[in-house]
Amino acid sequence: MEIYLDNSATTRCYKEVADLVYKLMLEDYGNPSSMHQKGVDAEKYLRKAQEQIAGVMRVKPKEIYFTSGGTESNNWALFGTASAKKRAGKRIITTAIEHSAIAEPAGRLEAMGYDVVRLPVDGEGYVSMDALAESLTPDTILVTVMMVNNEIGTVEPVAEIGKMVHEKCPKAYFHVDAIQSFGKFRIYPKRMNIDMLSVSSHKIHGPKGSGFLYLDERCRIDPIIYGGGQQNGMRSGTDNVPGAAGTGLASEMIYRNLDENVERMYRLKAHLADGLKQLGQVTVHGPADVRKGAPNILNASFIGVRSEVLLHTLEDRGIYVSAGSACSSHHRAPSATLTAVHATAAEIESSVRFSFSELTTEEEVDTALAVLNEVIPKLRKFVRS
Amino acid sequence: MYQALLIKYAEIGIKGKNRHLFEDRLMHQMAVALRKVDGSFETVKEMGRIFVMPHGECDKEGAIEALQTVFGITGICPVLIVTDMAFDHVAEELVGYVKQNYPASSCASQTFKINARRPWKAYPKDSMELNADLGEAVLNACPYLTVDVHHPDILITVEVRQSGVYIYSKVIPGPGGLPVGTSGRAELLLSGGIDSPVAGYMIAKRGVEIDAVYFHAPPYTSERAKQKVVDLAKQISIYTGPIHLHVINFTDIQLAIYEKCPHEELTIIMRRYMMRLAEIFAKKDGALGLITGESIGQVASQTTQSLLCTNAVCTLPVFRPLIGFDKQEIINISEKIGTYETSILPFEDCCTIFVAKHPVTHPLLKVIEKSEHSLDDVIGPLMEQAIETAETITVGN
Repeated sequence: MEIYLDNSATTRCYKEVADLVYKLMLEDYGNPSSMHQKGVDAEKYLRKAQEQIAGVMRVKPKEIYFTSGGTESNNWALFGTASAKKRAGKRIITTAIEHSAIAEPAGRLEAMGYDVVRLPVDGEGYVSMDALAESLTPDTILVTVMMVNNEIGTVEPVAEIGKMVHEKCPKAYFHVDAIQSFGKFRIYPKRMNIDMLSVSSHKIHGPKGSGFLYLDERCRIDPIIYGGGQQNGMRSGTDNVPGAAGTGLASEMIYRNLDENVERMYRLKAHLADGLKQLGQVTVHGPADVRKGAPNILNASFIGVRSEVLLHTLEDRGIYVSAGSACSSHHRAPSATLTAVHATAAEIESSVRFSFSELTTEEEVDTALAVLNEVIPKLRKFVRS
Repeated sequence: MYQALLIKYAEIGIKGKNRHLFEDRLMHQMAVALRKVDGSFETVKEMGRIFVMPHGECDKEGAIEALQTVFGITGICPVLIVTDMAFDHVAEELVGYVKQNYPASSCASQTFKINARRPWKAYPKDSMELNADLGEAVLNACPYLTVDVHHPDILITVEVRQSGVYIYSKVIPGPGGLPVGTSGRAELLLSGGIDSPVAGYMIAKRGVEIDAVYFHAPPYTSERAKQKVVDLAKQISIYTGPIHLHVINFTDIQLAIYEKCPHEELTIIMRRYMMRLAEIFAKKDGALGLITGESIGQVASQTTQSLLCTNAVCTLPVFRPLIGFDKQEIINISEKIGTYETSILPFEDCCTIFVAKHPVTHPLLKVIEKSEHSLDDVIGPLMEQAIETAETITVGN
């Protein structure tokens, strides 16, 4: 038995996507830069992938640039904007709860002399709009805000933020890290005032090592990778045709039954949250109203049980969850997000993230709850004195 | 670049009739270490000296690095071999050697001495003449050097053998000690920390082969913590040779202690059971002693009183090579042998899970033994289960 409740770390690839990737490795393996037919055939897959992605966001296919994933897309948005607009200003506005793929490049830019502002959030993880309004000075070149927080699932009001950014600083760009929200929400950059948007393929049942950056055609940023001039010179390197095609197909597939899938995930999330509350001494992080957060992320603290221990106990029963953010488990620093929403030390130490996908079933959630009911009291017996 | 490496091994030289056992073992260990280096190397014993001869294209730097992991070697000297032994040619080669290794830019106003030896007595010049004539040649060619026969900065040895003239002057330090495999075997209590890998290294340095036990406590310690210990064992096996690492599931014993014994005595009692289990595996492996990374007073379980309590359950000698070391001294060795980076990875090991806030620092053996009695009903089967379910991983072969 395997119950995978760690879909915010990564997802299982769609069968159709894996088949397509396989085919592009063995049959249509050409290099789109080649002049012969094999190259022309391969290029068609790139075009199609751009169209599929552009279709779900109602943007132009040429506004989609393929990258090696979410981290590269985020790095490119930050360094590319900073470099292109270095004469226009030095201020970059972000939040206190960003993923390290934003926080680290922002820290690097700060070290290089940029003025980085990190907006505070409230106890549910919502960015302070007042702080944003105050921070938007004329020398602001970029505002970057994540749409869904990867740890607690708070959904930031990006459309509202985008509107304020463009009203107060018409020349600043607004970037959205949509790595946890693409495929869970409908995202329309044109009407939501989003200039740039990062997406990772493996979070939406696509292949790893692949993703894209949406870049509004009116925006100018510098490349960060130079070479053979692929993708209009914006992102060099032999096109990752299997990755891009897989990303395109996964994007199309995840939006096919979106409303139905999201509704089911919300029901599962509510069900899990109710079940957890019965255990006692459990804090659920993020928006109090389960339906206000992301449909697939539930972060809870089991006071007295260290998250790592619970994770391994569940793992023993074939249930996979995350302690903090999977990407951040390489270092032991307490979660920036949980710290920012004023979680207590006891909560941070015992926090576990459950994350669903459209493949998660009610039966799986029930089993997980039953196992938690069994193991939590036992684990609470053995705590550090 | 060198034509051969002369291997110095101080301590083996003083061994008596079993000296050849040590030398053969050393040559074997050198051959094993050199197997992983790109190229072909021959290890030869000639007139009471061990040489490494590279054949053809090879990674000469890599060979030195590999030999620096072989216990028993105190020094590695890169040697220039001159096979055309006509004196003028030898002098010319020597001058070239000195100019290359001691250029005016970095060795100005240094002193040197030629130390000639002539094991091949048929050579026309004797060692005194060689000293004088070769010294003159170097002086003429390198006016920035002067001679000092008592305290030279640079001591250039010239050995005239039938096979050629061997010139060397630099000694790259080796790890010292005795070749592994000449002093029996011992069982290392390996944790994921900084100390125990260093302790294993220190004992192996005295020629002892190493096997190890690791106490795993799932779900309190993760698979990654176990992998970390395997990685540490791999790193020390570079020096010690193959290690059988026994991974012992310790969770149930630990929980039983937690439930039945006073919490401030947890660590001491836990360590006593670890020693007991380690000894059982030591006997299985044919080990003659246990090795721990304890250092007096470092933590509560390593005070002299605590050591007395843990030692009381052992019948084998317990080797504690770090007993008088400060933490920083241990860290320095750990950095040198390449275990530090892995040791500091933040995974919890089983010693830190249930640590009491105020553990006893002056335990009394009688009190500890009395507390342990409350485990009498359960501990037998738990120990047996731990022994039966242990997983053995071999690293470094």
